[in-house]
Amino acid sequence: MTQHVSPPRDGTGKAAPLEGPPAWRVRLGRADVRTLTLLGVLAALVLIGGVTQPDAFLDTRNLQLVLTQASVIGVVTVGMTFVIVSGGIDLSVGAIVALSSVWATTVATQEFGFFGILFTAIVVGVGCGLVNGVLIAFGQMVPFIATLAMLASARGLALQITDGRTQVVTVPGVLDLAERDAYVLGIPPLVMVFAAVTVIGWLVLNRTTFGRRTVAVGGNAEAARLAGIDVRRQRLYLYLLSGLCCGIAAFLLVALAGSGQNTNGNLYELDAIAAAIIGGTLLTGGRGHILGSVLGVLIFTTITNIFALNNLETAVQQIAKGAIIVAAVLVQRRTASTH
Amino acid sequence: MAPQPPLLSMSGITKSFPGVRALDGVDLDVQAGEVHCLLGQNGAGKSTLIKVLAGAHQPDTGTIRWRGEDVTLRSPIAAMRLGIATIYQELDLVEHLSVAENVHLGHEPTAAGFVVRAKAAKSSTAQLLKRLGHPEIDPGRLVGELSAAQQQIVSMARALSHDVRLIVMDEPSAALDPDEVDNLFRIVGDLTADGVAVVYISHRLEEIRRIGDRVTVLKDGRAVAGGLPAESTPTREVVALMTGRNVEYVFPERPAAAPDGEPVLTVEGLSRAGEFAPLDLQVRPGEIVGLAGLVGSGRSEVLETIYGARKPDTGRVTVDGRPLKPGSVRAAVRAGLGLAPEERKAQALLMLESVTRNVSVSSMSRFAKAGWIDRGAELGAARTAVRELSLRPDNPDVPVRTLSGGNQQKAVLARWLLRGCRVLLLDEPTRGVDVGARAELYAVVRRLADEGLAVLLVSSEVPEVLGLADRVLVLREGRVVHEAPARDLDEHRVLDLVMEGSPAS
Repeated sequence: MTQHVSPPRDGTGKAAPLEGPPAWRVRLGRADVRTLTLLGVLAALVLIGGVTQPDAFLDTRNLQLVLTQASVIGVVTVGMTFVIVSGGIDLSVGAIVALSSVWATTVATQEFGFFGILFTAIVVGVGCGLVNGVLIAFGQMVPFIATLAMLASARGLALQITDGRTQVVTVPGVLDLAERDAYVLGIPPLVMVFAAVTVIGWLVLNRTTFGRRTVAVGGNAEAARLAGIDVRRQRLYLYLLSGLCCGIAAFLLVALAGSGQNTNGNLYELDAIAAAIIGGTLLTGGRGHILGSVLGVLIFTTITNIFALNNLETAVQQIAKGAIIVAAVLVQRRTASTH
Repeated sequence: MAPQPPLLSMSGITKSFPGVRALDGVDLDVQAGEVHCLLGQNGAGKSTLIKVLAGAHQPDTGTIRWRGEDVTLRSPIAAMRLGIATIYQELDLVEHLSVAENVHLGHEPTAAGFVVRAKAAKSSTAQLLKRLGHPEIDPGRLVGELSAAQQQIVSMARALSHDVRLIVMDEPSAALDPDEVDNLFRIVGDLTADGVAVVYISHRLEEIRRIGDRVTVLKDGRAVAGGLPAESTPTREVVALMTGRNVEYVFPERPAAAPDGEPVLTVEGLSRAGEFAPLDLQVRPGEIVGLAGLVGSGRSEVLETIYGARKPDTGRVTVDGRPLKPGSVRAAVRAGLGLAPEERKAQALLMLESVTRNVSVSSMSRFAKAGWIDRGAELGAARTAVRELSLRPDNPDVPVRTLSGGNQQKAVLARWLLRGCRVLLLDEPTRGVDVGARAELYAVVRRLADEGLAVLLVSSEVPEVLGLADRVLVLREGRVVHEAPARDLDEHRVLDLVMEGSPAS
């Protein structure tokens, strides 16, 4: 905590203005620095991609592919950002995506067609979120533990359902979503879903009472409780929200891959957490940035793409990811401490 | 003072943080064996100065001389090696370690360089605790199980476990009862008799008179007076130096006629085992009722139980004749209760957020349609509330953490004002609020009462309860031992009551 300094008073007892720029400019300035840094990193990556693989990387199809790949993990990350802002964590997102995707692609579900698949994916996601939320909000379990248990069980159940087999999707409506014919002005429908989730997520976090309560609970749960906020209910809703995002992501993944597999969504939890953190969301809660999270996702997806195009090993790729996380946190700490 | 070279001599110390000049050329001389008091309002620079002295902050300019030699305090360890120990207001103990482990943390007695000699640590800790007048604290107990006062003793034992020549104490009496304060002063006396210097920070002028030798007054990052004699400097002069004004705290006038409406808040037979016995009280609109009692008398617990933050074992709380759901903060808030809790930063404020958001947090739905917040309306309402309480700075967009203690308290009051609350529960409303801002806060509370709010006030400062409240309930060990109009009581009477429990005359 920094020193508190009361504004100097003059003889009339009125406050003299505080030194320095007005608070809004300070805040805006910091937000801009963060966003610009992330955009800068992304631009640098695009440059690297363009230089090393001028034809393959800058190809429209490749860029569409990158965005489509980012969409699945991106939707998960938006939900994760809310959970982290509230001071929680959801380790089960990858497993929920797997379970939703396989449940939505069983032979029985596919008989109900497009909406059967969509509905099942979302209901399974929300259902898992409900279990997480009830355990955490009402069972007073630590989020790390509750969602770790969900990670294990949901993956297990996904394996149980598929018996390790790939469940191929035969419903044309779903498969069409990922086809080029469905692109609107060159934008794949999956990317549009991602964009919509991002915009809605930003609005909810920054412009609604739900978002405010989330921030309040994450910033100081005891103060939020004593201010009359129903902290437990808010926590429940947040895990439901994360589950919902997982359900949507699972549907996107099913459309993209044309199948459901119990290995889907592997390590999504770590990618989503990493993207949120480099986007400027505090792991301790109380502050979060949807846009930063989304840029984080785009950065990671772009790196993966560039490495793949250059035929570099996954190992190198993962080392690069780790380095970026460390660098991003160090840069942010420095900008934060200059305040 | 004898003209020997001072033990410590800081001169021209400056320290800036972005946007703030916390210290602006401060000088401080401390002699061996003296109690040197540091006075100043919140934000005057006391904390920064002692952090520089503790090696936790590096000064931008200025020199520090220790026993006549220039030194640089690069780190807390460097300061400790010289013999400077600091006991911070917020204790820095590890709750899950034992008393002895805490005392010897970082300099454990070891065998073969790394095996901790637990027995030796325990026995030396026991000796220290005995010297501090608290042999009853078991060195093997976990620090988390101790009371706040006991933890402070442990903190002091830790300071003494080093070879100290100077101890800095930051408001050590804030969490202590009178007899514990007496013990603290005895310890300070013993230390100075041994030639150890004490730098003592306190808001309480009467304490400084009792134990202080000299006083340095800080204001706005400058030492406006150094080395004043603690006993003979008139209070008026000290207050004037601290505030730049010539007033002690003034309590607002009570209304001519006592409020006689129907009670808005009624508490009947409310109790919690081990905290407070069945308690009845009523507060009328426009009335301020004070609960006086020592730390540990159950005052805060009473307030928190009324507010629903703790579940009562027996009894009930009614607002306007309608009983509240026990143990539900939300029910209490909906019924029109508002709490300004004792630990403002931990229990009330969202420190990362702006004043606006701190003020609006309890009435967000008023500015929202279908969950969508009308930020213009929110800001307007926050601005009005902030103006009404003359919160400074009056721009509600600033982060709440940049405000002084008094203005943070006003932000909490503004929250309940905006909510339209009818019963205000104030728990130690002026803790951490500087002298100059207190009178203003008192006036605000009285004005809110005059506007029809019912106020229930808890304070460990008897003059505050007597000066502000209309009616006073004296609490001792969880029981109401006396109830009377504030006019009919004086400080001595109340202190007799809280300590003896029998109405003395």
